[in-house]
Amino acid sequence: MPADESERTYLRRREVDALLRVALAVLLAVLLTAPGMAQQPRRGGTLTYIVTALPPSFDGHRETTFAMLHPVKPHYNYLVKFDTNNYPKVVGDLAESWTASNDGRTYTFKLRRGVRFHDGSTLTSRDIKATFDKIIFPKEGVVSARQVIYQSVQRIETPDPQTVVFRLRYAAPSFVEKLASPFNFVYKADILERDPTFYERNILGTGPFKFVEYVRGSHWVGRRNDDYFKPGLPYLDGYRALFISSRSAMMAALKSGQALIEFRGVSPAERDELVSSLGDKVAVQSQPWNCNLIVAFNTKKKPFDDVRFRRALTLAVDRWGGSAALSKIAFLGPVGAVMRPGSEFAMPEAELVKLAGYGRDIAAARQEARRLLREAGVPEGFTFTLKNRSVPMPYEPAGVFLVDQWRQVGLNVQHVQQETAKYLADQRAGDYDASVDFACDFMDDPDVQLAKFVSADVSPLNYGGYIDRQLDALYFRQSRTANKAERLRLVHQFERRLLDERAYAMYILWWQRIIPYWKTLQGYKTTTNHYVEPDMEAYWLSQ
Amino acid sequence: MASDAVLETTRLSRRSGLAGRHPLARFIRKYPMGAVGAFLIAAMLLVGIFAGVVAPYDPVANDFAAMFQRPSRAHWFGTDAFGRDVLSRILFGARTALLVGFGSSFLGASVGAVIGVVSAYFGGRLDLWLQRLLDIVMAFPIIILAMAVVALLGTGTVNLILAIALSFVPRAERVVRASALAVREMVYVEAARAIGAGPWRIIFRHMSPNVAAPYLVMLTAFLGQAILLEASLSFLGLGVAEPTPAWGLMLRGAAVDFVQRAPWMAIFPGLAISVAVLAFNVLGDALRDALDPRLRA
Amino acid sequence: MSRYILTRASLILPTMLAVAVLIFLLMRVVPGDIVELRLVLGGSYVTPGVIAAERSRLGLDKPLWNQFLDYLAGLARLDLGLSMWSGAPVAHEIGLRLALSLQLAIMATLIAVALAIPLGTLAAVYRGRWIDQAVQLFSVAGLSIPSFWLGILLILFLLTYFNYLPPLIFTPLLVDPKANLAQLIWPALAVGYRYSAVATRMTRSALLEVLREDYVRTAWAKGLGRTVIIRRHALRNALLPVVTVIGLEFAFLIGGLVVTEQVFNLNGVGKLTVEAIAQRDYTLIQGLMLVVAAGYILANFVVDILYAWLDPRITYG
Repeated sequence: MPADESERTYLRRREVDALLRVALAVLLAVLLTAPGMAQQPRRGGTLTYIVTALPPSFDGHRETTFAMLHPVKPHYNYLVKFDTNNYPKVVGDLAESWTASNDGRTYTFKLRRGVRFHDGSTLTSRDIKATFDKIIFPKEGVVSARQVIYQSVQRIETPDPQTVVFRLRYAAPSFVEKLASPFNFVYKADILERDPTFYERNILGTGPFKFVEYVRGSHWVGRRNDDYFKPGLPYLDGYRALFISSRSAMMAALKSGQALIEFRGVSPAERDELVSSLGDKVAVQSQPWNCNLIVAFNTKKKPFDDVRFRRALTLAVDRWGGSAALSKIAFLGPVGAVMRPGSEFAMPEAELVKLAGYGRDIAAARQEARRLLREAGVPEGFTFTLKNRSVPMPYEPAGVFLVDQWRQVGLNVQHVQQETAKYLADQRAGDYDASVDFACDFMDDPDVQLAKFVSADVSPLNYGGYIDRQLDALYFRQSRTANKAERLRLVHQFERRLLDERAYAMYILWWQRIIPYWKTLQGYKTTTNHYVEPDMEAYWLSQ
Repeated sequence: MASDAVLETTRLSRRSGLAGRHPLARFIRKYPMGAVGAFLIAAMLLVGIFAGVVAPYDPVANDFAAMFQRPSRAHWFGTDAFGRDVLSRILFGARTALLVGFGSSFLGASVGAVIGVVSAYFGGRLDLWLQRLLDIVMAFPIIILAMAVVALLGTGTVNLILAIALSFVPRAERVVRASALAVREMVYVEAARAIGAGPWRIIFRHMSPNVAAPYLVMLTAFLGQAILLEASLSFLGLGVAEPTPAWGLMLRGAAVDFVQRAPWMAIFPGLAISVAVLAFNVLGDALRDALDPRLRA
Repeated sequence: MSRYILTRASLILPTMLAVAVLIFLLMRVVPGDIVELRLVLGGSYVTPGVIAAERSRLGLDKPLWNQFLDYLAGLARLDLGLSMWSGAPVAHEIGLRLALSLQLAIMATLIAVALAIPLGTLAAVYRGRWIDQAVQLFSVAGLSIPSFWLGILLILFLLTYFNYLPPLIFTPLLVDPKANLAQLIWPALAVGYRYSAVATRMTRSALLEVLREDYVRTAWAKGLGRTVIIRRHALRNALLPVVTVIGLEFAFLIGGLVVTEQVFNLNGVGKLTVEAIAQRDYTLIQGLMLVVAAGYILANFVVDILYAWLDPRITYG
């Protein structure tokens, strides 16, 4: 009936109205609460952050430390870089696009147009070639710290101002990832020709920020590059890096808001302090860190030359229990082998627990350890020294932990903490029994992580002093294998031989990266390493 | 004033009994602060020696279930970042402090004293060159000197003792040389030389006893300074290593980082250092006043 | 008098030279290598060829006597060389930090003197009374409390009760006095307390000595007021050893505040020294030690001259 019909229509319209209102409310709620989504990036403001060490020189190709990257990086661009919002995906920075040949031996990059250096000159392929020539084929007297990972490159060609071609000797897996190293600042060819050491003490890049001042030991200032080739970027007016090496001063700066973030990482207790004093003004992001702590054994000294003793040492350590406990006081955490747990090359847990020292039953492992010690003729209360760096985080807690663990199988370990220079000298001279070692990298690549453990006559980083041709062969094969599954198999075989069968070295724990920061900093995403950050062009400050 | 001293001694000698005549009792009455200092030092020595018996917990055993606990009945001074009992670590830390303190002070003062006496006695060119050499060593702040020695020899308790001792040598030498020089000119030394006593005999038999008083006072000053130096160097990471309990080491790292959340980790070791150094300083003051010849009757 | 000055002055240069030699040799003996520290630490990719190239660039592969001659030649030109770590001129690296350390030393001295003279005088005049005991306790505590611990407590106090953090960046006094003083007053207080303890004790004992002297007792017997005696006669003579102590301690403050600068995160000479030694930056360490030693020797020299000027017995003795 008409009356009923109209009523029903009215109701339907009312229902629809209500539905629309609910939908609108939900949409609004979603938009307002979704992090960053509702707010448009706001232009303006200066980001102040902390760098906990001083940069040696400003040349990215020379240095290996984050202390150089953190203040200097925002002045430069890369050919390709890691997308910090999508790590470990590689995106083009100065490169618009690229292609690889079918045989994997030729990579062709197309460059963007209209990119200017801070002095106004235009970027061409010549600058890219000069940059990578410096990195891969450094001239006499020029130091390129990572030259060795580009061994596969035969030459670089520039057919036209917008194209760069890399010709490789052999098909190397992950070549583009290696090019994306955060140390590969793109420099100006004219300057490199004139003076290859110019960039050690000067800044001239194409990056989102121009150099303002550096007061030694105090702070570094950059301001927005208004001619930046990415339209609308950067949002920030500028940035200020404060050099603060004292942890307590750093904490005080973060608590008072004088600095908003520190890009390396804090300990769990420091995070807790910040959270408890700043409440909801602070946000915390946490990622597994591509850094680890290792113990190198001096296989040239008795009884470290006996594989039973070495296996006993690794069996005695309760990694799973230690991880739980140490992750509360130090930025240590994930349990893993040579490849970072959680990365695409990581050993799956089912396989991992079969390695010596990685089992869940610590009592059984320690019993086995004691048996091996007896067999190897090592007496109860045997003493040796563990040399460690005297850096409080996380070296000290790890050392204290290890001493305690080995105590529980009747070993009396002397913990010797040395200042870094002496520690390094002793390590390289082979003057130690067991030494805590570490490695931090910007990418998960077996070529990089496994390189330490090949024979001492092949790798200058092998401090254990052993020769093992099987390891060498496995390493060589995996570095030439493009097939993912096959490469994984070879890598795992390497890990098993290194850590379980021969126990040349042992991994203690991997690190956990914890970054607390003021919520006013937007657009920031934590990655697995502190080298690819800060990627400042897309950061912005709210309020 | 001399008259005051006369009055004092007269008053004291009027008292009868042990309290009036026994030198120790007299010392306590005259220098109450010094006596307190001596008592504290004695207590420290006992604690250091018997730490194994007195301390409620093992100072190096980790207990991850008991991290950062507030002072309570179970843990009087609370626990630290590894769950170790702070009180036990302080008691054992006394051992390290005394070891480093006495070791470095005696070593430095003795070496300095020998050089000072030899330099004063033989005089001439030897004296001149030694003084110039020591001038150079004294031109560096003590902490820099200690850092240089640690850089050279490495960290660890023994090297720490050597490093701190080195800084004391020139200062000890100065004090002893000054006293020795004063004594050298005195009549009885001339007399001894006249009878034909050899130089070493003169040094040991005649000059040394007069040097003893300032030496003793200087030693107490060194002890206090050595404990402070150990604290500073351990704080910088150049002293004793974890997990050795040492007061300066306890102030490093975690204690400072968590000072708002777990202040007991920083407060108690700092107090221990302050009290120990205070004890040595007040004792030294009292000794100086007591041994000052001008204040005697 | 002038002969005395000349004799003392002529000793400065040889002493400095000896310091330079000592430092040079010491540095070369200490284990550790700056190139390895820079390139090897955590950097898994560096080959021995790279390390060798860098060492030759820094001149570390030249024979020792060669390096030493280069160094001496540089000193003769008043050129302290380039820092091996950063490549910047050593003078440049030290200059900025020196400004801060100098200002801190001056502020601490002012605080120390402002406390020491009145307190020391009071303690000496009212010897044995409660005020003397209180001052003595105050000063002996100042000597006993580790100044870095005091600094930690001070910062904790400011943060907890006032939610205040002193500025972290050094601004020169003339650029922004408020920020400058807000940063430096706290370490100046922590350091000044200890400094004043030394000076107070010296003032007290020096004044006690003087008050015992015959001429003071004569003035007393003559009926002069106590204040007049103290001000006109006693203090002036007592000030001699006090000035000595203050002068010597001041020199120590320039390079010796290593731990305090660490705690307050001050960009000063002490902090630079710790970093330079940790990095085995030979040229920077050499430059720093020369500056520190120079300060010390100069302060000694000034004190000696002052002493001689104020006390004629010494010059002609």
